[in-house]
Amino acid sequence: MTFLSVPILTFLIFFPVVASLLLLPFYKRTGTDGAVKWIALGITVIEFLLSLSLLIGNNPHLYQMQFVENHLWIPFGNIHYALGIDGISLVLIVMTTFLMPMTVLTSWVGISKNIPLFMINILVLEGAMIGVFCATDFVLFYVFWEAMLIPMYLIIGVWGGPNRIYAAIKFFLYTLAGSLLLLVAIIALYFVGGHTFDITRLSGQHYGMTFQILAFLAMFVAFAVKIPMFPFHTWLPDAHVEAPTAGSVILASIMLKMGAYGFLRFSLPMFPDASRFFTPFMLTLSVIAIIWGAFMALAQEDMKKLIAYSSVSHMGVVTLGIFVANVQGIEGALMQMLNHGITTGALFLCIGVLYDRSHSRLLSEYGGLAKQMPVYSTLLVIFALSSLALPGTNSFVGEFLVLIGSFKTHAVVSSLATTGVILSAMYLLYMLSRVVWGVYTPKNYAMPDLHSYEWGSLLPLVVMVIVIGLLPNPVLSLFHQSVAHLVGQMQPVPMASLH
Amino acid sequence: MNFSPVNIMGTMPEIYLTVLGSLLFLMEPFVPAKKRSLLGIFAIFALIFAMIATFGLNGKGLPLYQGLYIVDPFSNFFKVVIYLGTILTILFSLPYLEKEEIHVGEYYGFLLFAAVGMMIMVSAGDLITLFLGIELMSLCFYVLVGLKRNSHRSVEASFKYFLLGAFAAAIFLYGVSLLYGASGTETLSGLAQFISNPGALRPMVFAGMILTMVGFAFKVSAAPFHMWTPDVYEGAPTVVTGFMASVGKVAAFGVFLRVFWVAFSANRDHWSLLIVLAAILSMIVGNIVALVQTNIKRMLAYSSIGHAGYAVIALLNPSRESLFALMFYMFTYLFMTLGAFGIILILRRKGVEGEEISDFVGLNKKNPLAAFLMLVFMFSLAGIPPFGGFLAKFYIFMAAVHAGYTWLAVVGVLLSAVGAYYYIRVVMAMYMKDPVEAVEFSPNRMEGMALFVTAAMTVILGIFPLPFVHYIETSLAILVP
Repeated sequence: MTFLSVPILTFLIFFPVVASLLLLPFYKRTGTDGAVKWIALGITVIEFLLSLSLLIGNNPHLYQMQFVENHLWIPFGNIHYALGIDGISLVLIVMTTFLMPMTVLTSWVGISKNIPLFMINILVLEGAMIGVFCATDFVLFYVFWEAMLIPMYLIIGVWGGPNRIYAAIKFFLYTLAGSLLLLVAIIALYFVGGHTFDITRLSGQHYGMTFQILAFLAMFVAFAVKIPMFPFHTWLPDAHVEAPTAGSVILASIMLKMGAYGFLRFSLPMFPDASRFFTPFMLTLSVIAIIWGAFMALAQEDMKKLIAYSSVSHMGVVTLGIFVANVQGIEGALMQMLNHGITTGALFLCIGVLYDRSHSRLLSEYGGLAKQMPVYSTLLVIFALSSLALPGTNSFVGEFLVLIGSFKTHAVVSSLATTGVILSAMYLLYMLSRVVWGVYTPKNYAMPDLHSYEWGSLLPLVVMVIVIGLLPNPVLSLFHQSVAHLVGQMQPVPMASLH
Repeated sequence: MNFSPVNIMGTMPEIYLTVLGSLLFLMEPFVPAKKRSLLGIFAIFALIFAMIATFGLNGKGLPLYQGLYIVDPFSNFFKVVIYLGTILTILFSLPYLEKEEIHVGEYYGFLLFAAVGMMIMVSAGDLITLFLGIELMSLCFYVLVGLKRNSHRSVEASFKYFLLGAFAAAIFLYGVSLLYGASGTETLSGLAQFISNPGALRPMVFAGMILTMVGFAFKVSAAPFHMWTPDVYEGAPTVVTGFMASVGKVAAFGVFLRVFWVAFSANRDHWSLLIVLAAILSMIVGNIVALVQTNIKRMLAYSSIGHAGYAVIALLNPSRESLFALMFYMFTYLFMTLGAFGIILILRRKGVEGEEISDFVGLNKKNPLAAFLMLVFMFSLAGIPPFGGFLAKFYIFMAAVHAGYTWLAVVGVLLSAVGAYYYIRVVMAMYMKDPVEAVEFSPNRMEGMALFVTAAMTVILGIFPLPFVHYIETSLAILVP
């Protein structure tokens, strides 16, 4: 199915990639940076508006893939160029296209060298990320999944902080090593699952238990590195601290979600028995991530590191929700993914605002900003409150659903996870008290309040924080059918149907 | 031997190239030093001529000269790859040889003869024919490696390569004689028949088989017979290194595969362990030793050892999957390797070799296009999508899993993650560091064309490989049971 007879998913993937060629003539020219930024902003905004057509054309009562496109790509091995989305991918795609203009805006003054190349990387990355969420052929998925590494490697390595090369290489190798095992699992699935890479056909088959366990573990490594789950998270603080603000936003808001997306799209429906077998293990890791990430966040002096560790903690909530494997849990996990994307992205943008002014992210460098930058401080407080899941903000919905979902089956785990909420209040309020309140310590740099481009990047996020917080149902209804179907696939097969 | 028209027609491409190559040698004294590039263009036309002749032969699949020579889609595929690789090499050579002041006319003649040697290798239906092909190729290589007569490194490399190569040839020949002694035949089909009868598996046959394998492993530079590779690759003129690393290796893999699948397929269980060992060792040596190299030619030498490790995995199990995997791998490998060496040789200029990784520092500042092309080749060699190198590795791992060697695929992917580090180190130097001194990158038209072709193929093979996949699939027919 297409929208207005245009293959809309292909268009969404390749529009930013092809449009990025528009920036090539500006390469190595001086004095055209303004034009480059406006063109990049224009492309990402158009992309966002186009992606809204998915919301219009989507039928929320279906769990099947929609907007399906399918062409034979490489005949040997039966590899297809197959795209399609369901409710789960839909929200993630719209979140991606929604956040990309913000990443351009936050680079307005933050990026000063080689702007055309930076914007080309951002746009190519956007195409690849949308491709990851759309692909319904496993090889195609893998191609997009790894292709993302190249622009992200360059974004961290070229425009990052002082220790950027180390961080870029660490990011690249960690993710690559994880994903390569996924590749073997994909190939093994091809032979076991009947010579196809079609994700829908590979799901819902009942593979042998040994195979399920091995393949689950191989995929687990790939996705756990990406999320990142404890103990695979050590690349994240480095990558976040060194990446430019736009890179941090993309990493935290979008790329971390891909690991969780992978669990939802592949691990659960393809290996339900192994997923159940590993549930205690996964829940334990999730709880460790929640509590340990929060404690690490408490100890950070660098704001980006603080938020990076809070991401580990919040993504622990996501994996917790995914692996309790009931409707509330998974819907909560999806809400949490969406909200973490919005809120954490916003927090990184806020840190970027400060960093552009003072080139420091240390808590000790700031104090009393409420007087100097009242509007900024207000927004920062809103985002921080959202991040600690204050009722009325978006994150509350997700965390609450996950906790309900997990309490039904795993009361102890759920209670332990709740401490994460308290701890997140501790580190976020601590950060606020250091930055926003306290005594203003004038340094030798001016701290003007928000510029217009910063308004542009933060305002839409504030709106989303409050709208989703107050009216979560329209969002939930988008993926309710898909989640219900997924949970159905997870149920053990009754013995009768096996004979 | 019967020189009937059928036999002669079947070997027309080889005959063309031999005759035209000899003509090149005769013409050389009459061409003034300034116009030597005309000889290169002549050689290109000779290759195109032979390629057309080869296309005319497609689909015949006949054993010629009583089975001594086989012209089938498989050999034709490898021949086309050899032509393409040689043409690209010549395009890269013209300005490079001027820069190095080694522009001699014989160079092109040796290139053509080496190509003929490789063509004989991939078409050989008999171990003696095969040996002739290998020796023709190797003798040309020995000369080409030592082309820089004033450079100690070049002469040393040539000498080393000659000694070790002669040694490997002797071992190979000894293996052949043992096989002949045991079976009374040295045609591949005769050997296959002999080995398939259960009484045949005597120690003599095993010894012969192992010794021939040593010979092949030397030619494809698979560990533990890889020792010559880094020194020779480093010492040889860069364009020759590129030629050996890409085309030479492709041809050697073609013949390796044919001999082991046709002649020795009956006792596959006995040699597959050796192949597995060679694969693992090559992947380990290639990927891990490359990590500490500072000379990019040495690094690529180790990388080529690693790639040999991946490619030999495809020899394990005679199946469509494996054959396709090897052919696709070789096809892709040719372009990305030649392209990478192309960038290196264009960076070469008076006084600076352009061979250290530090010479690449800040290349993106000076010449973004060169940096981007190198990025494509590096990521492709590392096997990162969306470039051809990814699909090549993907099919190799698919062949491994299909053959029941999933664990080998796991070892392979883990080592390729290790290997990715040294490729991205080059990208890091180009993009993430500031230039210390001006890097000059000014390809002339020929080099530009060759670079464009190699880069475009590397990308196309990753994004839209359909036409090439079709072509390879039509070449699968003969060998697979």
